[in-house]
Amino acid sequence: MTHDQKNILSVRDMDREEIDALLTAAAKFDQKKFTGHELEGKILAVLFFEPSTRTRMSFASAMMRLGGKILNLGSVEASSIAKGETLSDTIRVISGYADAIVLRHPKEGAARLASEVASVPVINGGDGAGQHPSQTLLDLFTIRKSMKLENIDIGLQGDLRYGRTVHSLAAALTKYDDIRLHTIAPEGLDLPSHLKQDLTDAGMEIIVHENIEETIPELDVLYVTRLQRERFPDPAAFASFAATYRVTPELLEMAKPSMIVLHPLPRVDEIDPAVDKMPCAKYFQQAHYGVPIRMAMLNEVMRS
Amino acid sequence: MKRSSDEGIVISPIKNGTVIDHITPGEGLTVIRILGIQDGTNVTFTVATNVVSSRGGRKDMVKIENRELVKSEVDKLALIAPDAKISIIRDSKVVEKKSVEVPTDITGVIKCPNPNCITNTREPAESRFTFHSRGFRCCYCDTVISREMDIGDYI
Repeated sequence: MTHDQKNILSVRDMDREEIDALLTAAAKFDQKKFTGHELEGKILAVLFFEPSTRTRMSFASAMMRLGGKILNLGSVEASSIAKGETLSDTIRVISGYADAIVLRHPKEGAARLASEVASVPVINGGDGAGQHPSQTLLDLFTIRKSMKLENIDIGLQGDLRYGRTVHSLAAALTKYDDIRLHTIAPEGLDLPSHLKQDLTDAGMEIIVHENIEETIPELDVLYVTRLQRERFPDPAAFASFAATYRVTPELLEMAKPSMIVLHPLPRVDEIDPAVDKMPCAKYFQQAHYGVPIRMAMLNEVMRS
Repeated sequence: MKRSSDEGIVISPIKNGTVIDHITPGEGLTVIRILGIQDGTNVTFTVATNVVSSRGGRKDMVKIENRELVKSEVDKLALIAPDAKISIIRDSKVVEKKSVEVPTDITGVIKCPNPNCITNTREPAESRFTFHSRGFRCCYCDTVISREMDIGDYI
């Protein structure tokens, strides 16, 4: 790693000022306040060792909007990785081909390791069940578009045990004042105990709920995540929970008019499509914000 | 020969080497294991376990002949026996006494319990943990080995 190399690996590494600066920069990009020449002549290497639609394409879109070019690894099967090359060696080599690297990898900590051997900035595009900072930043950005990031009640619903987006978001929210976290999850899928401990150590109030109905009137944000079939003992248990944890227009009648519903996508059955047309449904807008947020991230690491 | 009046255990004094005292009860053999002197070495060592401590309670104690611990070994020791006291013996005299101190950063000692951590792959990455109030946190995947877990299982 070079001395002044700037990486974005985890929200845990960032202080509130750094996060706010990126959100402010993203707001400018979202308002089309850019020339399209900011990253002209720069190349972003896109190394995705796992399937991805939104993250990969929005990073590519962000780079192109700022005038830069994309260098794609392509499929792992067609690369030297298939011959047994280590990630470390691949990163060292690619460092010579590009001005920054965005990496998605199935192993937790892969991006941090990459940053230690790379000679150009590394952005974590998601590593295993670990960190996904660009998703967290766009989640924060979406909330900030609707309300101040302080003194609000945020509900987290679904698979809170394995969902990395939830873990990253919860950790980032500890950097803001008076955020109350309400968790709604099936038994066994609540937030991991070590994460709960981290959050409470940071001064965050966590309220655990049996069901969504008891907390929805007080929520400012409802962040819904996908329940995965493989986490349940049998199909009947999954079907029962899926029905219990479904967000419907009837449920949302109990919510504040200003409450917003977010989802990192892809969704399956956890949000009724009838909700899509409601003003509170912000999840597709949330996905679109992936571009200005990633423009801000790319601009930050390649121009600093 | 020294006889412990409390326990009736006979512990031979050593002429040269290291005495590790005030080890957490039951961790004496783990100390031997992590120092790599359990099997296949010709090092002479003595382990006394569940000895009544002068401070009250119980303790384990280890004596290793003709060997003085280096810093990396002391750091390892600190992880499983944070209250241990080390005495260096030369010509039957205690020439140095020191307490162990748990280092803030521990590199290449702890194996991350997360099978999906990048440090548990073919990558040339040494494990790295930081020590904080609740235990040890992996710098790569954020997995925490809490104080309730037996850190000796991961060394």
